[in-house]
Amino acid sequence: MKLVIIKYNAGNIQSVSFALERLGVDFAITDNAEEIRKADKVIFPGVGEASTTMHYLRDHKLDQVITALKQPVLGICLGMQLMCTFSEENNTECLGIFGETVKRFIPQGDLKVPHMGWNNLTLSDSWIDRSVDHQYAYFVHSFYVPVNAHTSATTEYIAPFSAAMHKDNFYAVQFHPEKSAETGERVLKSFLAL
Amino acid sequence: MLTKRIIPCLDIKDGRTVKGVNFVNIRDAGDPVELGATYARQGADELVFLDISATNEERKTFASLVKDIARHINIPFTVGGGISSVADVAPLLEAGADKVSINSAAVRNPQLIDELSRAFGAQCIVLAIDARKIDNQWTVHTHGGKKPTDKKLFSWAKEGQERGAGEILFTSMDHDGTKHGFAIDPLSKLNALLQIPVIASGGAGNKEHFIDAFVLGKADAALAASIFHFGEVKIPELKSFLDEKNIVIRP
Repeated sequence: MKLVIIKYNAGNIQSVSFALERLGVDFAITDNAEEIRKADKVIFPGVGEASTTMHYLRDHKLDQVITALKQPVLGICLGMQLMCTFSEENNTECLGIFGETVKRFIPQGDLKVPHMGWNNLTLSDSWIDRSVDHQYAYFVHSFYVPVNAHTSATTEYIAPFSAAMHKDNFYAVQFHPEKSAETGERVLKSFLAL
Repeated sequence: MLTKRIIPCLDIKDGRTVKGVNFVNIRDAGDPVELGATYARQGADELVFLDISATNEERKTFASLVKDIARHINIPFTVGGGISSVADVAPLLEAGADKVSINSAAVRNPQLIDELSRAFGAQCIVLAIDARKIDNQWTVHTHGGKKPTDKKLFSWAKEGQERGAGEILFTSMDHDGTKHGFAIDPLSKLNALLQIPVIASGGAGNKEHFIDAFVLGKADAALAASIFHFGEVKIPELKSFLDEKNIVIRP
């Protein structure tokens, strides 16, 4: 299997690479369109701000490459948000793979923003190993995707939101599997086993 | 539900953990990577690695250490110590650190918080504040808590939040090392005052102290060093104890 991580200005590429190394998986990090298209699986990482990142993707024509992919693609954190249609983060038009709008968390009482730390997952789709149901994953985000028809796992913070999604060949997680201990490793393995 | 976090803190000098560590089942307690990995396996929610090196030469060792930590540890970690510019932070985050903590340099130059937050995002900027009560006022100290400044804890924490810090790590110098418990009163005030998470630090001596920090102090996370290093409080036992007391915790 040939696995690639899309190389762009995402903050967590190093951490995702190390997580894959720990799983003993071979992979390449590339922004070469041909290499991405030819891969068996693609990881689309992401830490950063939506509009800057979308600009970067468009400037490098990676937006067209990503949306046209037919093999399994895993979006992580901002990667997942950018797979939606629109983000309230600086009113950004995104890739439009999932027809959702990414919304801003409004702090409520003791519930601070960003949503930062470990929170539990409730699974509703089988692409993620069942052993992950009700386990805790590590989140850091100020924007969220509401629960929708493509939600694969739900987490509650201020409102219930999509912790994971799936549509056709596109898979996505809001949390950081690369930083979520054994639970995160199981999620990555679930994607790798697809 | 979002859990409260337990954070062991490791002091590093010249690439080695400094404080004596008394651990069974660990080959080299002086190796920060191995010690960190042990804590991660035991259920630590995050780790903090603090570089207390005195010289630039020693600091160079730290940057390469961060990459080694990121390679082997599967939970988030913060690095700090001697950070004073955007140029200091970039290589640490690129090496795989999730957050950086700033302290003295931010007191000297508060603009640093704005710059780092803009460059890397608020979520990875931890403002560490060491404070001690002087004449009934919580006074901010720098240089490892040795030098008093004219800043006060509450106004400085609020300013830090406004300038773009994503988290406050509050250490009470009056409580640090006493093992008599965290500084509950200022903690609860900070948590009422701020919209960003607060990490309690200084004074942990037993499991009950963590309950106080979370319930009375309303802290989002609690940090400790020696009680974990010397095995006086073991993370798995601490977590089951907190769970029994209905604190939301990751098992």
